[in-house]
Amino acid sequence: MLGSFALRRLFPPSRAPTTSPVEYMVRSHRLRWPELLPWVVVIACYQGFPSYLALGSQVMIMVLFALSLDLIMGYAGIVTLGHAAFFGVGAYSAGLLAVHGWGEPISALAVAAVVAGLLGIVTGAVILRTHGLTLLMLTLAVVSMLSEAANKAGSITGGADGLQGITLSPLLGLFRFDMFGRTAYIYCAVVLLLAWAFMRVLVHSPFGRSLTGVRENLPRMHAIGAPVHRRLVTAYAISAALAGVAGALQAQTTQFVGLNVISFDLSGAVLIMLILGGVGRLYGAFIGAPIYLIAQDMLSRLDPVYWFFWVGLLLVVVVLFARGGILGLFDALRRRIVR
Amino acid sequence: MRRIGSFLGTLTVAASMLAWTPSHAAQTVKVGVILSFSGQGAASVEQMDRAIRLYMKTHEKELGDIKLELIRRDDTGPNPDLARRLAQELITREKVDLLTGFFFTPNINAVAPLANEAKIPVVIMNAATSSTVRLSPYLARTSLTQWQQSYPLGQWAAKQGIQRAYTAVTDYAPGHDAEQAFSRGFTEAGGKIVGSVRMPLKTPDFTPFLQRIKDEKPEALFIFVPGAKDATAVMKVYSELGLAAAGVRLVAAGDCVPDDELPNMGDVPTNVITMGFYSSAGKRPQNEAFVASWKSEYGKDAVPSPFALGAWDGMAAIFHVVKQQNGKIDPERTMQLLKGWRNDDSPRGPVMIDPETRDVVQNMYVRRLERVDGKLANVEIETIPMVKDPWPQFNPPK
Amino acid sequence: MDQYVPAAVSILFHGLAYAMILYVISVGLSVTMGLMGFANLAHGVFAMAGGYLTVSFMNPLGLDFVSALVVAVLAVAAISVVLERFLYVRLYEASEIEQVLFTIGLIFMAIAVAKFIWGPLPQHLPLPGVLHSQIEMMGRSFPTYRAFIIVIGMLIAFGLWAGIERTSFGARIRASVDNRRMARSVGIDTDRLFTFTFALGSGLAAFGGGVGAEIMAIHPGYPVEHLVYFLIVVAVGGMGSVRGPFVAALLLGVSDTACKYLLPELGAFFIYVALFAALLWRPAGLFGRA
Repeated sequence: MLGSFALRRLFPPSRAPTTSPVEYMVRSHRLRWPELLPWVVVIACYQGFPSYLALGSQVMIMVLFALSLDLIMGYAGIVTLGHAAFFGVGAYSAGLLAVHGWGEPISALAVAAVVAGLLGIVTGAVILRTHGLTLLMLTLAVVSMLSEAANKAGSITGGADGLQGITLSPLLGLFRFDMFGRTAYIYCAVVLLLAWAFMRVLVHSPFGRSLTGVRENLPRMHAIGAPVHRRLVTAYAISAALAGVAGALQAQTTQFVGLNVISFDLSGAVLIMLILGGVGRLYGAFIGAPIYLIAQDMLSRLDPVYWFFWVGLLLVVVVLFARGGILGLFDALRRRIVR
Repeated sequence: MRRIGSFLGTLTVAASMLAWTPSHAAQTVKVGVILSFSGQGAASVEQMDRAIRLYMKTHEKELGDIKLELIRRDDTGPNPDLARRLAQELITREKVDLLTGFFFTPNINAVAPLANEAKIPVVIMNAATSSTVRLSPYLARTSLTQWQQSYPLGQWAAKQGIQRAYTAVTDYAPGHDAEQAFSRGFTEAGGKIVGSVRMPLKTPDFTPFLQRIKDEKPEALFIFVPGAKDATAVMKVYSELGLAAAGVRLVAAGDCVPDDELPNMGDVPTNVITMGFYSSAGKRPQNEAFVASWKSEYGKDAVPSPFALGAWDGMAAIFHVVKQQNGKIDPERTMQLLKGWRNDDSPRGPVMIDPETRDVVQNMYVRRLERVDGKLANVEIETIPMVKDPWPQFNPPK
Repeated sequence: MDQYVPAAVSILFHGLAYAMILYVISVGLSVTMGLMGFANLAHGVFAMAGGYLTVSFMNPLGLDFVSALVVAVLAVAAISVVLERFLYVRLYEASEIEQVLFTIGLIFMAIAVAKFIWGPLPQHLPLPGVLHSQIEMMGRSFPTYRAFIIVIGMLIAFGLWAGIERTSFGARIRASVDNRRMARSVGIDTDRLFTFTFALGSGLAAFGGGVGAEIMAIHPGYPVEHLVYFLIVVAVGGMGSVRGPFVAALLLGVSDTACKYLLPELGAFFIYVALFAALLWRPAGLFGRA
C-alpha cells in the first residue's frame, strides 16, 4: 500500500502507464552524455589502477554518502551536522548482522537501509519543524547522543575498540571478498549505480521538484497547500536510508566498524566533500568526494602532519573564488565559453 | 666470416655478462609504519616518531648491506577503515615485509585479519588492549597492556595498607580495562573499592568528578586518563582542589604523568604514586645514555616519554629479525624470532616478547612524583620484575 | 540535610566558573551571528589565539599576566579586523553553507599554524602567585583562580549589558540586529558597526581563552574541541542577544557540573539531551527572536 502510494508520487498516472523504469528515467530528464562520465571513470579505474581498488571503493562509498546528503541539503535546503548518525547506524546494523551469523551481504544492506530510514523518520518528525541554527544544533545533538550511546554499549558495539569478526558469505554465492578488493569495488560500484539512478528519478519527479520549492520559497509552498513537513520528513528518511546503505557498504568492505562511523567528524567531512563539489546538482558528490579523499591521500603522504593546512586553504580558496563548488566553476566557465 | 662470428660471439658474451649482475646487491626490507601523525594522538605519536628516527640514526650501521626502508602512512586518528586501507595498500602495492606502528587499538584490530590473510608480521608499538594480540598469530607487541600496568598497582596499593579506594577512569575501552585491572588487583589483595566513576571522553573540566571524590573521602584514588593534555588537566585539578591535603592519596596509572608533560603540571603535590614501565628519570646506565642522546638530538628541554619506548623497542625487535634473517623476511621465521626475543639493554630495563602470547613482558616500576633539580620527575622507588599480562589467565582462549 | 549544602555550594561555584568562561567566549559569537547573520564557526580560533599569545608574551618576553593578556586581546582584535575587512566581508551575502565551509577552512589552517609554531602539546600558563591560593568560604576552601574568573565574568556581563542597553551605540547595535536595512536607511553605518562589533567579540573571545586557559587547555585542537559548547550556548541563548548567552551559559555550566557530580553515568548525554529539550521548547533560543 505504501509502495503504490510512493509509486504514484514518483510516476504520476498522467504519463503513459506502460513505461518501463529505464525509459522513464531517460525520458523524464534526458540523459545527457556527460552524465555517463563517472561510470566510464569507474570502469577505467578498475582496469587501470588495480592496486588502488581499496581507495576506489572508499571513494564510491563516500560518493553515495554525499549523494544522500545532497538530497536534503541541496534539494531541500536542510543543513545538517548529524548525517553520520545514519551512516553509523547502517554500519552497525550490517556489522552486527554479520557478527551474529547473518553473512549474506545484500539483505544486510536492505536491513541497514530500513533501520536508518526509520531513525530518519523518527528524528526528522521531531526536529524538522525548526530551521537554521536551531535545526543545525539539533542534528548535532542527535549524532552526539548516538555516538555516546555506541561508546557506552561497548558489549554490543565493541565500543572504542571496534566491532570485529565481520565475515561475509560470498556475494550472490559466487564472489568472495578478496584481499585485493576486487569484489568489494564492483559491489560498491553496482550499489552506487542503482542509488544514483534512483536519486536521478527522484529529483526530477514531482516530489523532487516540490523539495526545490520548499528550499526556494517556503511561504509560497505553504500557501499552495503543499504538505511541507511531510515532504521534508519523507526526504529526510530517504536520505537517511541511502546514508545507511553507504555505512553498511563500509562495514562490509572493511569488515570492521569503529566509533568514527557515527561521529561529528565524519558529518563534517562529508559536508565538506559535498560543498566542495557543488550542492544541489546531483553530481557535486561525484566530484567533491574523490577530490577530497585523493587530496587527503596525497597531501598526507607528502607531509602527514600538516595536510590540515592545505585542505583548509583549499576550502577557503574554493569558497572565495569558486562559489557553488567546483561544478559552479564549470558552469561559470561554460557560460563564458558559450558567450 | 670468422671475424663477424667472433665479433658476434664477443658481443653475446659481453651482453650476457651485463645481464648477469652479481647477487651482492643490497637487500632492502620494507616496513610500513602506520601511525596517527595528525589528529588525535598526534602529540604522543611525535614522541614515537622521534624514537624511530633516533633508533635508525644510531643503529643503522648494524644492518651493514641491508637497507631498511620505512614507509610512513598517517591514519589521522582512531579511523580503523583508513588504517585498514593503508595497510592493504602497503601490502599489495608497496609490498612491505613487515608492518608496525598502531597507536589506536581499533586501527590494529581492523588490520589484524588482513595481516593474517597476507601473512605479514606486525610489531605493535603502542595499542594497549590485551585481547588484540589474540586476533592473529602474526601480531607481537612491544609497548604495554593496561592490565599489565594497573593490576600490580592494585595489589601494591592494598599491600601498603590502603583499604578503601575509589577509581576514576575515562569512559572508553582502555579506561574500562584499567578500572577492571586495578579493582581486581586491589580487591584480591584485600582492599575494598568504595566507588567508581567513568568520565566522558570529551570532558573539558574534571573538577566536578574530583570534587565528589574529595567529598566521599576514600583513602586513595586510582586515575586513568589517556595521557597528553588530559593528564595535565586532571593533575592540575587534583592539586587545585587540595585532595592530597584532604587525605586522598593518588595511586594512578603511568599514563597520568607522561614525562614530557611534567613541566606543564605546575605545582602538583609530590607523593603522588604511579605505576609505569618507563620513567625518564630511571637510574640505569642504558637509560641515562638514551636520555642524553635524546636531548642532544632534540634539544636540551626535550624529554622522552613511555610512548617513545614502545617505538624504540619495536625498532629493536625489527632490527633483530632483519639481521637474523639477513634481509630476507620469512613470516613464520620472523614470528619464531620474535617469540622469546629479549632486549636487556633497553632504556626501560629488560623487555621480552612472551613466546606463548606474543605480548610484552617487562618490569613495572612503582614511582613517586618528586622534585629533582627543581623539576618534577617520576622517581622509581620499587620494581616488580618481568610482569606478564595477567589478562590471558583470567580470560583463557575459548 | 546539611551535608548536601556544601556539595550544592561546590557545584554552584565550579559550575559558575565554567559558565563564565563559556559566556565570555560565546557572547561575541552570539552578537556577530545575530548582527551579521554570519555563521562564524571559527570563533574558537580567536579564543585559542588569545591563549597562545598570552602565553607567548609571558614566557619568553617576561611580561606579567595582566599585561600579556591585554596585549594579546588587542592583538587578536586587530587581526580580526583585518580578517573581517578582507575576507569575511566578501561572504556576508553568501549562503549559510558557504560560510560554514569557509570558517571550517579557517579552523583547519589555524590548527596547522598553531601546531607549527607551538607544537602539539598544551600550553602552560604560569598564573600569578596570588591566584594559586585557596579562599575560605562557608567552611570550604575554593581555588582563588576560579573565584577570580567568576568575578571577571560577572563584570564583563554587566559591562556589556550596560553598554548595549544604556548607550546610544548599543542602541544602534540592537537596531541593526533587529532590522539591518531599516537601520541603514536611518543613517546607521552598519559596515563600521560590523567591524567594531566583530573586533569586540573576537577580543572578548581572546580574553576568555587567555583567562580560562587553566580550565580549557590551550592546544591546537582547541577550536574544534570546544566549538560544540560555544554553539550550544549561542543556540540556547538566542542569537543576537547579550543576555541570552549569559543565561544559557549559566544554565548549561551549572547543570552540566551538577550532573557530572551527582549522576556521572549520564555524563556526556546530559548536555545533548538538555540542548534537545531546550531547543524544542524554545526554537529561537531563550532570548532570541523567532
